[in-house]
Amino acid sequence: MSKKVENVGCPYCGVCCDDLVVTVSDDGKKILEVENACAIGNQIFHHATGGERVRLPRLRQPDGTYKDISYDEAIDYAANVLYKAKKPLIYGFGSTNCEGMAAAAKVAEKAGAVLDNCASICHGSSFLAMFDNGYPSCTLGETKNRADVIVYWGANPAHAHPRHMSRYSIFPRGFFTGKGHKSRKIIVVDPRHTDTAQVADIYLQVQQGHDYELFDAFRAVVRGHEIPDVVAGIRREQIVEVADILKKARFGTIFYGMGLCHSDGRNHNVDIAISLTRDLNDFTKWTIMAMRGHYNITGPGAVWSWQYGYPYCLDLTKRDIAHMNPGETSSIDLAMRDEVDAFINIGTDAGAHFPIDAVKHLRKHPWITIDPNICMASEISDLHIPVGIVGVEVPGIVYRMDNVPIQYRKVIDPPEGVISDEEVFERIHKRLCELEAEEVAKEPVKAAPEGVRVGE
Amino acid sequence: MQHNEVIRSMKTVTLTLTNPSELLLEGQSITPDNFAGKKAAEIATLDVWEGKQKGPLGKYFTVAGDGGATAADTRIILRGDCTRVKRIGQQMTAGEIIIEGNADMYIGGWMKGGKIHVKGNVDSFCGIGMEGGELIVDGNAKHHVGASPRGEWRGMKGGLIRVAGSVGNDTATFINGGTIIIGGDADIHVSTHGEGGTVVIKGDARGRVGGQMVKGDIYVYGTIENPLPGFKMVGEVEQEVDGETALFAHYIGDLGERHPISRGKTVYANLYTRI
Ligand code: SF4
Repeated sequence: MSKKVENVGCPYCGVCCDDLVVTVSDDGKKILEVENACAIGNQIFHHATGGERVRLPRLRQPDGTYKDISYDEAIDYAANVLYKAKKPLIYGFGSTNCEGMAAAAKVAEKAGAVLDNCASICHGSSFLAMFDNGYPSCTLGETKNRADVIVYWGANPAHAHPRHMSRYSIFPRGFFTGKGHKSRKIIVVDPRHTDTAQVADIYLQVQQGHDYELFDAFRAVVRGHEIPDVVAGIRREQIVEVADILKKARFGTIFYGMGLCHSDGRNHNVDIAISLTRDLNDFTKWTIMAMRGHYNITGPGAVWSWQYGYPYCLDLTKRDIAHMNPGETSSIDLAMRDEVDAFINIGTDAGAHFPIDAVKHLRKHPWITIDPNICMASEISDLHIPVGIVGVEVPGIVYRMDNVPIQYRKVIDPPEGVISDEEVFERIHKRLCELEAEEVAKEPVKAAPEGVRVGE
Repeated sequence: MQHNEVIRSMKTVTLTLTNPSELLLEGQSITPDNFAGKKAAEIATLDVWEGKQKGPLGKYFTVAGDGGATAADTRIILRGDCTRVKRIGQQMTAGEIIIEGNADMYIGGWMKGGKIHVKGNVDSFCGIGMEGGELIVDGNAKHHVGASPRGEWRGMKGGLIRVAGSVGNDTATFINGGTIIIGGDADIHVSTHGEGGTVVIKGDARGRVGGQMVKGDIYVYGTIENPLPGFKMVGEVEQEVDGETALFAHYIGDLGERHPISRGKTVYANLYTRI
């Protein structure tokens, strides 16, 4: 008899659908069916038991091939790399649980590493805008139950977050939004006429890279000022018309994506979107939300902000001082400037996502990949440590894009012997402590610290 | 009270980078404040950081000459390729630093007084959070010149930054006071969120000049490729800027942003473009 597991969370995108029903084979080893998930969500489950999985860590040999080694040997190798490096970088965490992130932070602090997550090449600019300008946000439940005007700006949920529109924004019938789609106005702002733009009532084809100017125009109009005839490719009349809709909404949410975070100006595009949201609250209730990509990429921001006060790009090389300044302590910049001498890629694929020059720089030094699957990063690594898939084989806490924590469950066991991200990091931490103790034992009388420490 | 003018004799410490680090160096100890009252041998024991490794300055630099009695009496000359030395002159309050070539990030960051002269180029975040003193760069600077540190909405408060060449983006973000003069061009975002101070761009500006700006002045001598819709022209004025008088078109803005009211009048930020 196959078994149905209900209320399963989907470990793929930031929508974090938690209404999946997964059918597991009799022996609990195979996933037979996944209900309610979108096509991508479906795939992530079937992928787990569909093909051959890596079951042991693999270490690169002098002849270039991989050789299977034990977890103990892999942990020892990783700990030694971190211990010897002057400035190691631990990056990723798009696809793991908060427990793994907390354990990794312990390792980073002990190793004096830079700790960064995929926000660095994604919504990191949103954090910078929030630091500068606040974040008048809400939960997705509030949007579903209250919003009558929805703006998607530089985001294409039809492809990137397939169930976002049906679960939370455009289509659902909520408490005060009983008519569903019929009672909502949808505005899409994007240089490309995307599939999301297809369902919009109003589509503004902003000139690529000029969102900031368009926001500025909206703000000026909301405050009753004149603006030029055309701004960022949009006619004045249309800007005035849309500004009027925004002001007359009962409750509105601006959902924004990479179109703001990763076009010229980045954090400033988000920053001025926040300013507009705030302005609109002089008239009615408006909120703004980042369309976070992976199912738990909001997690490291929550976990590390709690641990260190910063959500990403954490330079912990001074151990007792956390320093954060993207542009300097961000993974790509560190790689491009050749500032790091060891790299751990965890729960992401830097091999695929980083610019090739950054990869080349990082590859001059030891590169370790911790990932359930074979990916580009795992194939260019010195060491690949396989782990269980969070949300399928490993349970844990994840944060949805609106900062709501959700307890994910597992539906099957990981392949025999394969451990979790959390356990990998806990064991690396333990080994680092041992290495430190060995070092201390070697030189019992430590010389007094040289020189005077600045700022003390 | 009688003020006794002390005749100061500045002492010079020359640092020559003879053994460069593998990755980078964080040289926040290289300030007249830290060198004052120290002999060359003591200066050589000050900390610099290469990632998590702390080492004495003398491991990387040869140190010649002693510090003066106070910071104001201390001049530091840096020789050798300091392209990868960060934080020189950070938080300095007095004295002088001369960097003969290039330098890395945060040069003159949070500085309160004294003078830094860089004869080459600098990287990003130079003069951030500056409160006083002078930072002179003969070459180009990258991004965030005289900007506020991340999340800090009270930016540059005082002092003078002069970059002879061009600058990257995010110049003078959240500027509150002080003056920044750029000889060349500026990339996007000049004085974003500005609440005071003066920025002069003698070349062209790419765009987003004065976005979300509340108060303060910007002068652009060349063209602004993408002017913001939130700025409105109100007239022409003759103004003296950096020692020369010229005719400017006067704009006020950012009309999208909040503005204080002083003596019954709304205060706007001013943008002047040269005619
Ligand atoms: S919308 Fe996202 S979270 Fe929901 S099923 Fe699809 S991939 Fe999974």
